[in-house]
Amino acid sequence: MRYAKSPVKPEANLKDFNDSYKLGKVDDIAYAYKGKRGLDEKLIREISAMKGEPEWMLLRRLEAYKVYLSKPIPKWGGDMEPIHFEDIYYYLKPADTEKKSWNDVPKAVKETFEKIGVPQAEKEMLAGVKGQYDSEVVYGSIKKTLSAKGVLFLSMDEALKLYPEIVKKYFGTIVPMGDNKLAALNTAVWSGGSFVYVPAGVDVELPLQAYFRINSESAGQFERTLIIAEEGAKVHYIEGCSAPAFSSASLHAAVVEVIVKKKARVQYTTVQNWYKNVYNLVTKRAWVEEKGEMRWVDGNLGSALTMKYPSCILAGEGAKGEMLSIAWAGKGQHQDTGAKMIHLAPNTTSQIISKSISKNGGRATYRGMVQMNKGAVGARSKVVCDALILDELSRSDTYPINKIFEEDVILEHEAVVSRVSEEQLLYLMSRGLPEHEAEAMVVNGFLEPVLKEVPMEYAVEMNRLVGLEMEGSVG
Amino acid sequence: MLKINNLKVNIEDKEILKGVDLSIKNGEVVALMGPNGSGKSSLASTIIGNPNYKVVGGKIDFEGEDLLSMTPDERANKGIYLAFQYPAAIPGVTVREMLLSALRIKNREIIVSALELKKTVEMEAEKLHLESELLNRGLNEGFSGGEKKKMEILQMRVLKPKLLILDEVDSGLDIDALATIAKNVAEMVKENKMSVLVITHYQRILNYLSPDSVAVMKDGVIVEVGGKEIVERLEKTGYKQEE
Repeated sequence: MRYAKSPVKPEANLKDFNDSYKLGKVDDIAYAYKGKRGLDEKLIREISAMKGEPEWMLLRRLEAYKVYLSKPIPKWGGDMEPIHFEDIYYYLKPADTEKKSWNDVPKAVKETFEKIGVPQAEKEMLAGVKGQYDSEVVYGSIKKTLSAKGVLFLSMDEALKLYPEIVKKYFGTIVPMGDNKLAALNTAVWSGGSFVYVPAGVDVELPLQAYFRINSESAGQFERTLIIAEEGAKVHYIEGCSAPAFSSASLHAAVVEVIVKKKARVQYTTVQNWYKNVYNLVTKRAWVEEKGEMRWVDGNLGSALTMKYPSCILAGEGAKGEMLSIAWAGKGQHQDTGAKMIHLAPNTTSQIISKSISKNGGRATYRGMVQMNKGAVGARSKVVCDALILDELSRSDTYPINKIFEEDVILEHEAVVSRVSEEQLLYLMSRGLPEHEAEAMVVNGFLEPVLKEVPMEYAVEMNRLVGLEMEGSVG
Repeated sequence: MLKINNLKVNIEDKEILKGVDLSIKNGEVVALMGPNGSGKSSLASTIIGNPNYKVVGGKIDFEGEDLLSMTPDERANKGIYLAFQYPAAIPGVTVREMLLSALRIKNREIIVSALELKKTVEMEAEKLHLESELLNRGLNEGFSGGEKKKMEILQMRVLKPKLLILDEVDSGLDIDALATIAKNVAEMVKENKMSVLVITHYQRILNYLSPDSVAVMKDGVIVEVGGKEIVERLEKTGYKQEE
């Protein structure tokens, strides 16, 4: 900008980003199965056979594969052209099976987990941890006191083996295979992901945490997560994502289904920091019953393209849905994110707070929907989407849709697009802050309403990532 | 400490300062008076390095260094502080957070404790009769005019500059607030030998903050420098009579 003494490079290149991306190195791990590139029915049968699945799941996969083939690639959002679906590895199985003890985890995997802070985090803060490499979960643990109360925290594959009746009851009920092309693909080739079951009245006081890592070039990661909170149960699930720096694109197409029963409360926090060539196309949805509460907290910092609109179906009277999101779009990135709140019952409430920042030619899109069906008497919703654009090269768009079929409802919508003003920068610089720190301070202040809702260590991490991004762009 | 020589400044090719000469000594309070649009505030903006003010001639020397080659943050860290007439709001950032960053940059080698700073800020707020609730809000976000001015003084008290520039601090303030601000400034002059450039259209603040010298600006140049008697004369005759 105008204050720097030396000319400022308008864009940070990917190489610079890589220097600050501490998780960019490939881990040297062995694979038990690395199938061919591309997808066909034979591969789906192989995956299912290797996992020793019940037949209904194989049939579900095959049916979903047909749905996947029948649906066109969505054109309404980001550019999916660079994804070469035929070059993707759809199933990559690390040689090591899931370890329950940290000591048994292979060294290379351990080192990466240590960089992301898994073992420390586990010791201090968490009720349970899962770590997934490519297609399979390689590490998992849960505190004994919780398993004694009947809390289940398993990989989905494990859950399908041990609790097939629960999986069968809920799998695909919230996100059906026909929902969208990527959800169909996930249903066909899913592997890994978390299964969380919290019995009635149990409060899992500490968060459960999962780490997802794509470790192979052109890998597809298709985890499937199912969370069930029975009546009055409470749980907070956190996921973090990373990937090495590859030249060709990887694909992450997850499906997350959450069932929030009467008076239950679920928070689902995501810190997405994929490398900038990952296509992150994720379907997340929650079903919320009477007086239940669902809160999505979503930080999207990495990836080439993210298309993600976590949703709440507010099905029971007084159900509450909330979405707090931050999107950072830097060079070559498009964050197409938002939320959907569907009010089916009376006195349901929802809130969407979306904050996006675009810089160095990045593009941030808010795409959201609030629907209030006939009968949702007394429903209320508030949508706030603020966009901060840091330079002339960058872009922000807002596409809010409201579908209101009930008269007695309240809907508020605020959208503000702003730039970091010269007055703000000059003001902070006149107090002694160098330009990039002044800018980072304005940005962090902008994000503060969301960051204060995120657990402390995540807020610190997000602050740090934002700081790195800001620094990388000042010459 | 501050020497301005034949300073010429343009905004968008329009000349607004046409050869300003002005000196301020250590611990000196200098009043810069003049009618609206005479260039007083432009001088303040130029001193702190606002990039909209293009220096086309002359120089500014601050403690023997060339000020004009420095960025605004470098000038601030040399000890120059402007209490803005219209300070910008920084949503989501409290005054403590901002001051902590500023202090840590200013004193790289000294560890600044957040807790100590919190105490200091609370104490200064009390002295300025500033509602403590404002300390937890975004800086200047939804503040009244008077609250903003007091917050400018609070930051100054914490950052302890060598040269304070007060830009029309008296506009829109009641007498009590003005007296409080002047008292807090005068203390810094006495205790820290801080120099002050008081930019004002009116005489009011000078009743509380007595200047060592008075300069009068008109149409982009300093037309008169003298003692307090100038203030008294302007009080009676106004600027128009000077023409």
